[in-house]
Amino acid sequence: MSTIPEELSYTTSHEWVSNEDDVYTIGLTDFAQDALGDLVFVNLPQVDDEVVAGEAFADVESVKAVSDVFSPVTGVVVEVNEDLLDAPESINEDPYGAWFVRVGEVTEVGELLDAEAYAAHCEQEA
Amino acid sequence: MKLLFERSVPGRKQAIFPELDVPEVAFDEGLLRQKAPRLPQMAEVDLGRHYTELAKQTHGVNDGFYPLGSCTMKYNPRVNEQVAALPGFTDIHPLQPEATVQGCLRAMHQLEGMLAEICGMDAMTLQPAAGAHGEYTGLLLIRAYHQHRGDTARTKIIVPDSAHGTNPASAVMAGFTVVAVPSNAEGGVDLDALRAAAGPDTAGLMLTNPNTLGLFDPSIVEICRIVHEAGGLCYYDGANLNAVMGHARPGDMGFDCVHVNLHKTFSTPHGGGGPGSGPVGCKEFLAPYLPGPRVVEGEDGACGFDQPEQSVGKVRSFYGNFLVAVRALAYILTLGREGIPEASASAVLNANYLAHMLAEAGYTLPYGERCMHEFVIDCGPLKAETGVSAMDVAKRLLDFGIHPPTMYFPLIVHEALMVEPTETEGRETLDEFVSMMERILDEAHTEGEKLHGAPFDCPIGRPDEVTAARKPHLRYEFGQEG
Amino acid sequence: MGSYIPETREGRADMLDAIVLQSPEDLYAVVPEGVRCGTLDLPEGLSEMEVVARLEGLASENVRFGTVLRGAGAYRHHIPAIVRTVTSKEEFLTAYTPYQAEISQGVLQSIFEYQTQICELTGMDVSNASVYDGATAAAEAVLMLRDRRRSEVVVAETVNPDVMAVIRTYCASRDVPVVTVPAADDLGVDLDALRAAVGSATAAVYVQSPNYLGIIEDMDGVVECAHASGAKVVMGFNPISLGILRSPGEYGADVAVAEGQPLGLPLGFGGPYLGIMATTKALMRKLPGRIVGETTDAEGRRAFVLTLQAREQHIRREKASSNICSNEALCAMTASVYLAAVGPEGLAQAARLSAGHAHYLAERLGELGFALRSDRSFFNEFLTTCPVDADQLVDALARHGILAGLPTHDGILWCATELNTRADIDRAVRVLKEVCDR
Repeated sequence: MSTIPEELSYTTSHEWVSNEDDVYTIGLTDFAQDALGDLVFVNLPQVDDEVVAGEAFADVESVKAVSDVFSPVTGVVVEVNEDLLDAPESINEDPYGAWFVRVGEVTEVGELLDAEAYAAHCEQEA
Repeated sequence: MKLLFERSVPGRKQAIFPELDVPEVAFDEGLLRQKAPRLPQMAEVDLGRHYTELAKQTHGVNDGFYPLGSCTMKYNPRVNEQVAALPGFTDIHPLQPEATVQGCLRAMHQLEGMLAEICGMDAMTLQPAAGAHGEYTGLLLIRAYHQHRGDTARTKIIVPDSAHGTNPASAVMAGFTVVAVPSNAEGGVDLDALRAAAGPDTAGLMLTNPNTLGLFDPSIVEICRIVHEAGGLCYYDGANLNAVMGHARPGDMGFDCVHVNLHKTFSTPHGGGGPGSGPVGCKEFLAPYLPGPRVVEGEDGACGFDQPEQSVGKVRSFYGNFLVAVRALAYILTLGREGIPEASASAVLNANYLAHMLAEAGYTLPYGERCMHEFVIDCGPLKAETGVSAMDVAKRLLDFGIHPPTMYFPLIVHEALMVEPTETEGRETLDEFVSMMERILDEAHTEGEKLHGAPFDCPIGRPDEVTAARKPHLRYEFGQEG
Repeated sequence: MGSYIPETREGRADMLDAIVLQSPEDLYAVVPEGVRCGTLDLPEGLSEMEVVARLEGLASENVRFGTVLRGAGAYRHHIPAIVRTVTSKEEFLTAYTPYQAEISQGVLQSIFEYQTQICELTGMDVSNASVYDGATAAAEAVLMLRDRRRSEVVVAETVNPDVMAVIRTYCASRDVPVVTVPAADDLGVDLDALRAAVGSATAAVYVQSPNYLGIIEDMDGVVECAHASGAKVVMGFNPISLGILRSPGEYGADVAVAEGQPLGLPLGFGGPYLGIMATTKALMRKLPGRIVGETTDAEGRRAFVLTLQAREQHIRREKASSNICSNEALCAMTASVYLAAVGPEGLAQAARLSAGHAHYLAERLGELGFALRSDRSFFNEFLTTCPVDADQLVDALARHGILAGLPTHDGILWCATELNTRADIDRAVRVLKEVCDR
């Protein structure tokens, strides 16, 4: 059973989101990292790039696959976690610590699930 | 095994070049390199032994059965190597006057004609250097055709979900976007999905037939008709031409252009990844767009170069991988009009025989035993039962000196092993493979856990690919000696 | 008719029996009647002896020149004997791409060695396992440097015309604008024009040095100009020249590309050749094509594998930056054996001999009135005026087994390598003198 912290919000495409002073921090859930296996690289956007709710803003690579990471919100990237470039394994080891980007100037928030609803969603997909 | 750089001893060298017989050029200091490249310093004997050792740790077609699906690892005839090494071919400068290269031009012209006949096309170019390069070239023809008609809304290429990864990648390189269509339950193109996808924005369809499951699509004429009626063109990926050459021609199925892989169907060696050659053929109406220069034969019988009027441009320097083309020419001349269909029929026979025997042995063939030149085993049921995956089966085969089938492709079968025996294997080789596969099945049921550690008798075990990708180490790092 | 099917007809009939089919035709039952073809219009098959005779006949219709004074993108160099010995080994010749690392350590290690040698030669950090040829290497290089903010490519008109043509094809299909920069009067790229052409939308600047006409470009100026605008530099180089000349890495280039043919590959009427591509650590993951990396197996033994595969088409499909799959692996091995055979001193000697012979040829030609079109430094190629009819000159030399320089619209482009000894050059000059005196 994967870890699903109560205080975060989730997407059906397995991203987690937290909102602090209207800046949204986005990462991949424990369920996602487990399904993807050992991650070997992350392609990240740059600061000032626009992201759109429901569209891919990054991708993660395992040895034999690449998967998109979708943005739950529409806005502008204000910070990028460049540590991931050198240590993609931190997504496997600490998915809720290994955030990808922080997004500000948010104009739209897509449909988000709370922890309970996301747990049910994962149950379905498992 | 030591690396070249670990065998290097300062001061060792070979006497390859003479002393200067003219004054040395005094280049300005600023034009000279400051740091000499740390190339190996070796005696000839050290170098020779190094590569002999590397050769021992390389599995070629002559080392054993090589049923690598979609790659057509047939035997590479020696006579092809002999004629491609003739100095009258190897020592010819590509920019010599035309009158001095008539043999090269004639060889190209003959091969183009034969390939066009085999494919049912009107014109060919030998310029593309590989299959993917051919795909790109063929798609450029399609793009140019629509553009010259002012039909600029056609921006999409339809690709089945069972396609090789080069298809969508080539389409994007050629400036298109990709629309994937699903396969039906029989592994063919889903006609309703195709009808829904085809429309005024369709530039064309890319299709392999037989497809990557080794199945000939019986609806092929209808498929091409749907695309043509929508205003698109049909591109034939010749990766699997070895199944049908001499029996059915892409041109007769309705395709407008094709590429063929000389390094698959026409027996030229793979060289550890290349060089290949991916000639492209097309119907007459696309010929004006072919890359130039093209070889043409004049009324006097002399060959020369000609520039197609609306050419898409060059895709490679000069005229393509000429010495690969020479090998393919020797191959087609050897087989001739009877040998070509006999080779493909034997490839299909071997595949059907093997499919039958493996099904008897207990392997799951999701699309049945009848196939063309290759077939897919689904190890999903085996994995569910024993935990042994397609990867485990493949790795265990390595211990028996057999190159495994293609793993995990096509993507629509999750635990796929794709088997292509080719025509250049006798029955005893196929039977031996079946007995190995039976033994592995047995091991899976009795000691399945152990197979996760296969292979056991190779120079190395399974390499740590995760670390290789996370911390890329892509060149030798010199120590203090540098 | 020849055949490579080992099984006898009787054996095949037995196999058909085993799978409950009557005739070979039944294997094609699924193929609709309407698309089956009759007998192909091909000649009857031949025996090995006949095939050899046929191909030898074609080969003999070509003229082999004892002396070649033509380059322009393909160079006749000496090929050490051991190169062909190694690369004709069946294991290397007939192996597929080394996806099964456990039985492919030999070929994987050889590619790793090649990558290391290319890094050493170019002064770059990372090399791929090869692309098709020098022209596609240049095209792939300029395309890999595009990003969301920079989408234009600037190319010097002083590059090889085939390379320019391929860059144009590759860029046109992706709607990437190509801005070209003309040569200055001295045949080097016009740096003022380059400065004007490079801007905030420029992703890559491609310059070849020595350029098509042999001139060693002012790469310091090119790099400074491109980098000042935030554009990256792709430098084309001649691999033999790097035996003595400054490397792309030493100039600060971001990507180094070359036609690798001079490193042990025969002229072969244009192919197969070798596309060399190397770059910096920062751009490593943008590099197209296969790359071999070092790792270990479970027992800690050194192992080599194809790595960073998630960049490639078989995984990334339509999102891959390149569609390349098959490359020129055996040609890369050829280059690697060549570089190991000649060593650092041998490569420098090949460069000194090539440059020396070219300069000697230029001097002797000058005495006959073939004047250098530029006073800039050149390596082993140079453009001269042509005081006589170019066709006559080519014919006259050809009658003596000499392939003349390449006639261009404003002169003759000459080339010399280590193979063109002083005696050869003197002989060619004597023939030329007769033409001039006529």
